[in-house]
Amino acid sequence: MRQEISFVEIAVIGGGPAGLCAALEAANAGARVTLLDRQDRLGGQLIKQTHRFFGSQSHRASERGINIAAELTGQVMSHPHIEALTGATVFGFYEDGVLGVEREGKIFFIKPARVIVATGAAEKTLAFPNNDLPGIYGAGAVQTLVNVYGVLPGKRVLMVGAGNIGVIVTYQLLQAGMEVAAIVEAAPKIGAYWVHAAKVRRAGVPIYTSHTIGRACGTRQVEGAVIWQIDEQGQPVPGTEKDLVVDTICLSVGLSPLVELLAQAGCRLVYVPQLGGHVPLRDASLQTTVPGVYVAGDAAGVEEASAAMMEGALAGLHAAYSLGYNQTGYEARRAELQQQLDSLRSGPVGEKIRSGLSRAMIG
Amino acid sequence: MRIEQHPILEFKRGKKVKFTFDGQEYEGYEGETIAAALHAAGIRIMRESPVLHRPRGLFCAIGNCSSCLMTVNGEPNVRICVEKLRPGMVVESQKGKGVIYAPGN
Amino acid sequence: MLAVDGVPTPEDLAQKIPPPERLARRPVVIAECFQPIPCDPCSHACPRQAIGPFKDINEIPQVDYEKCNGCGQCITRCPGLALFVVDLTYGENEALIKLPYEFLPLPEEGQEVAGVNRAGEKVCRARVVKVVKTEKMDKTAVIWLAVPKDLAMEVRHFAIK
Repeated sequence: MRQEISFVEIAVIGGGPAGLCAALEAANAGARVTLLDRQDRLGGQLIKQTHRFFGSQSHRASERGINIAAELTGQVMSHPHIEALTGATVFGFYEDGVLGVEREGKIFFIKPARVIVATGAAEKTLAFPNNDLPGIYGAGAVQTLVNVYGVLPGKRVLMVGAGNIGVIVTYQLLQAGMEVAAIVEAAPKIGAYWVHAAKVRRAGVPIYTSHTIGRACGTRQVEGAVIWQIDEQGQPVPGTEKDLVVDTICLSVGLSPLVELLAQAGCRLVYVPQLGGHVPLRDASLQTTVPGVYVAGDAAGVEEASAAMMEGALAGLHAAYSLGYNQTGYEARRAELQQQLDSLRSGPVGEKIRSGLSRAMIG
Repeated sequence: MRIEQHPILEFKRGKKVKFTFDGQEYEGYEGETIAAALHAAGIRIMRESPVLHRPRGLFCAIGNCSSCLMTVNGEPNVRICVEKLRPGMVVESQKGKGVIYAPGN
Repeated sequence: MLAVDGVPTPEDLAQKIPPPERLARRPVVIAECFQPIPCDPCSHACPRQAIGPFKDINEIPQVDYEKCNGCGQCITRCPGLALFVVDLTYGENEALIKLPYEFLPLPEEGQEVAGVNRAGEKVCRARVVKVVKTEKMDKTAVIWLAVPKDLAMEVRHFAIK
């Protein structure tokens, strides 16, 4: 069957922090970009990040994610080289490099010369009795309800997971007027930056490390939770059970990169736990094992939004350069972006990412 | 429950619209998702799992996980976490996997 | 312990607290940042360069107590809300603490509140001296709190009764 196919220079799939920066960087280099996002609004998960970002002052640190989203979205929408399509789901990556797209019930096809996949990540869940009860949400889902729509999912919540997302969302739930009964963390140490932990702790939220959720209680929806301490083997320590009266449970137990399109494209994937799961092999230009297909952001390995922005910009720069754009300014800009990205990952908290990347990098 | 005051955010809500959930009338705001409108009304149970008939609610809120599928205006398997509320919508809890072609309808 | 329950130990804090002689002279910022993380806005925030410049983005801020005059301009720039100004010269029996606050309702000036420590426990009565909130501070208010002098290094939050 022959299809009407439109040819574009660079398609960016996903309009979160990585995709927005990829589109802007490529377009600023002179390339024509088609940005596709399945949601109605650009910004990805930035639109619910009400906290001030860490990172380098020269790259928007101390600004709130929501403001960064608004600024980047504005730049993308007004850029003469970028066509931004929202509500557009890329459902297939064909063998001839054609992307199938669904938008408002209609199907169309595009054939880009370069593709940057910036599809982000999805929340993981956790196995425990009754983990399917209504009232149990991914932490990001609650963030969407609360910070995008201004709706509370309940009155009192248990947060499972003391990584940055768990602790930041806890703080945001307090700001929105919910009570947080506790944060439990199976690891013996808090994964979040300690300043975040200190913030929720002084606001009265206990953080129990080496603890996990034993079960959710309730018949039709969450009415409570049982938590307990775990030993080094992950087994419950007898006598440490606590019953919590909560109507909401948030799971913040990690994210999995969304790599379905990369898999369809034939990119070689490798399982790297430090990066959240299966990720594509890529070189320093963020190009995967399929020539012309680039990856950036959480789809390349779960990391902070500031790293996603840098990575997106690098992928956009390289994709545009490979099409012949910005041949003179390329090297200086590449070195600048790479240096910023390396510096974000340079300290002790970047160790996990660095070890993960060492297994996903080729060339 | 809706947040009226927030230290960082201002919520710009759309026009008030009416919709029904399992036959009962509710109000929500245009531009918000069906999931948000239901949660604002305190409704968190979206469907019943097809095999064990367990209640199911929202999980990811970004259209990824399929936990929140409901029947909307007669169409089954609508991801109500990303589907926007429109006036007069008929929203129903979904039981089973949904049928698309029902002879005699 | 910070890594285990989110509360710094007295040993952690000892490194962050200026000598008594300095505290007695004028207000000073206490940077309760204990972990090398990739974050540097504080090093750009001070008009007198009392913090920074950093060689490495992961540096832990060290306050130059001689340069710092306790103005508190850095407080709202810290994404971790970990900067506090302490003024032991404020009164005979009271110290003044300037802390970042991102909750509603905001307290009223003159209002009595409960001083809260780093573990979230109410430890004293405190008085709101001033509520500072400008456009530039982008929704992070700075609350000036008068607390008993001996609790100046304990109170880091408050609860409206």
